[in-house]
Amino acid sequence: MFFEALDLNVIWYALVGLLLTGYAVLDGFDLGVGALHLLVKKDEERRIFLNAIGPVWDGNEVWLVTGGGALFAAFPEVYASAFSGFYIPFMLLLVMLIFRAVAIEFRSKEPWPWWRQMWDVSFAISSIASSLLLGVALGNVALGVPLGADHEFRGDFLSLLNPYALLVGLTTLAMFMMHASIYLVMKTEGELHDRIRDWIKNTIAFFVICYVTTTMATLLYVPRMTEHVREQPMFFVLALLNMLAIANIPREYYHGRDGRAFICSCLNVILLMALFGLGVFPFLLPSSINPEYGLHIYNAASSQKTLQIMLTIAALAVPLVIAYTVSVYWIFRGKVKLNSKSY
Amino acid sequence: MLDAVFLSRLQFALTVSFHYIFPVFSIGLGLLLVIMEGMYLKTGKRIYHDMTHFWVSIFALIFGIGVVSGIVMEFQFGTNWSNYSRFVGDVFGSALAAEGLFAFFLESGFLAILVFGWDRVSKLMHFFSTVMVALGAHFSAVWIVIANSWQQTPAGFHIVQHNGFPRAEITDFWAMVFNPSSVERLIHVIGGAWLAGAFLVLSVSAYYLLRGKHLDVAKAGMRIGLVVALLASLGQLVSGHASALVVAEYQPAKLAAMEGHFVSKEPADLHIVGWVDEKREKTHGLSIPGALGFLAYGDFNAKVTGLDAFHKEDRPPVAFTFQMYHLMIAIGATLIGLSLLGVFLWWRKKLYENRLVLWLFVVSVLLPQIANQVGWWTAEVGRQPWIVYGLMRTSEGISPVVSAEHVIASIIMFSLVYLLLFVLFLFLLNRKIQKGPVFVPGDPTHEDPRLSRESQEGVYNVL
Repeated sequence: MFFEALDLNVIWYALVGLLLTGYAVLDGFDLGVGALHLLVKKDEERRIFLNAIGPVWDGNEVWLVTGGGALFAAFPEVYASAFSGFYIPFMLLLVMLIFRAVAIEFRSKEPWPWWRQMWDVSFAISSIASSLLLGVALGNVALGVPLGADHEFRGDFLSLLNPYALLVGLTTLAMFMMHASIYLVMKTEGELHDRIRDWIKNTIAFFVICYVTTTMATLLYVPRMTEHVREQPMFFVLALLNMLAIANIPREYYHGRDGRAFICSCLNVILLMALFGLGVFPFLLPSSINPEYGLHIYNAASSQKTLQIMLTIAALAVPLVIAYTVSVYWIFRGKVKLNSKSY
Repeated sequence: MLDAVFLSRLQFALTVSFHYIFPVFSIGLGLLLVIMEGMYLKTGKRIYHDMTHFWVSIFALIFGIGVVSGIVMEFQFGTNWSNYSRFVGDVFGSALAAEGLFAFFLESGFLAILVFGWDRVSKLMHFFSTVMVALGAHFSAVWIVIANSWQQTPAGFHIVQHNGFPRAEITDFWAMVFNPSSVERLIHVIGGAWLAGAFLVLSVSAYYLLRGKHLDVAKAGMRIGLVVALLASLGQLVSGHASALVVAEYQPAKLAAMEGHFVSKEPADLHIVGWVDEKREKTHGLSIPGALGFLAYGDFNAKVTGLDAFHKEDRPPVAFTFQMYHLMIAIGATLIGLSLLGVFLWWRKKLYENRLVLWLFVVSVLLPQIANQVGWWTAEVGRQPWIVYGLMRTSEGISPVVSAEHVIASIIMFSLVYLLLFVLFLFLLNRKIQKGPVFVPGDPTHEDPRLSRESQEGVYNVL
């Protein structure tokens, strides 16, 4: 019933999805770098990790902030219900993001070992916690949250920490760690590069185990997520491409083609986000109390006029955003070299 | 007293006030960086080169804390003000999204080149990045002031029933953007930010002059800072007056509170200093007869609406608004005086030696910061009891599902985190200032002949 037309609401669902996918692909690897940070011990190696994401992590986080802004503009009901409903976990996420940014910024500003160790630990913990919390949020959206008829949240914090959501959280963390290890291989050289190459086997294995478990759990316990694929078998192509992208990572890695392995890892994130978006569609926040209480792209949206205005704004801005992003990544391409301006 | 409305307001005030320390510095310092690096490109002199490097490193520190404290702001409307978000999302959310798309991406992308790109791009491209970062910081102010001005003087919308509740929807995008107060307020906000940036540079430069360190960079900093400070402080006089006229026309209750004007009458007196007795509804102090009418309507005998024209439940807190507003005005006047004094001494060639005045400049960095804060408190507290003027009360805007206990927990958490951040910020800022502009091995096209030999060998802080 919801596939009848490619209307403004569907386009905005896709655009908010695009911003959040951009966030997952880009901040995904720098959150993952944080999760892997404590695995290297030498100061210089840790600085290389930080500077691998140095010029880009801030811009990557803008995708989340703008995703939040776009959600507010296009689907204010979801913005209101989700963030007030997820109050405690969301406050925790904000604090983790603050600590993470501060750790990156401040760590190398002083030479004292205790200072650097303190911020290294903050960086790792906050990156791991942020990844888990983001995944837990996605898991709960997939599962549906206790929304009442008035679209207000009826659950509590602990109800959000259910096993399925935690599993999705863990999978998100594993995905980011794999993504980051491939990114770091691209940005490092010499002995460090070879050592990180050895990690990739482990990060891939960790991710694949989580991925398979989450897929099984979703098929068994959240069948609604696969409804559209059952109705429209052509969507299965997305799942198939996802498998191929994942399977191709070890192949490219084996041949030493780091850049192509990273592209496959990006594709994996994009396709998983697309499958997630397809599974939840047309809902943004399904209700576990009564499907009719859920917030979807029609009852949660701004007016048609506003969606139209915002589409014009997005059409002007998105090409610029892509241009900035590509330029920055191009200017800072290649292996990390430490200098006096580095973190 | 400790209800969810009060606590959510307290949390918003706390987080936004802390955040607002940093964007004003980024906007103001952004402009000064453009001037400094522009001077370097034009003259090729090493002092401008090293000066730009030094201030870029300070800018990066400020910007970093601005970003982390800003993330909280982007989501706090949803977490603590969900009814408000449902009511205004169609209008207010659009401005916020535009801010992300037009300002944040621009700033963060080019900031990377500004801070890390010295060796990776050409000089011209680096300068271009500096301009873009400064522009991005200004764009951010544009959209956020538009959003806030819509709360003050809503326009370009209609109220529609949605899911059984009323909400505001855009009818005319440009009328929303150019609502009656947005242009005047935007100019006033940006002028305030330029003052914050100019006085930061003046403060650090004066400190170096007093300590006899980094003299060339310090003198150049004084000159650039003074020019911007003088233009901005005089400009604020005009933009402040223009803003007040808009308040007089569209938010008479706020104007009455700003002036402690209880009884509608003519002539209306203007208080220079005073205190407000809210119980007896009287304002005491030093006043100029009829001047309020003159300022608001150009006529000493004009009648100015007083608070008695409004029901008690529609009045903003008077004493607080009055004092904050008057503090802002007093600081504005002081800044004009300081700027004029500095320019006068510069003209008399006595600026770099007058230790008393230099000390004044060292502490002056606090003044624009305080004025920016209390100016916003005037604007926001003066709008009460409305969250959207005349349309929605602040008490109606909160998140019904968030309990007072939750808000207390997050207030404690933010207080601790922000306290830590602020201490770290001051500590690192001080370290950077103590280290000062160091000789940066780059390739300024011409060496500055005025520099001592030691400077050229890499030690600046030798007279």
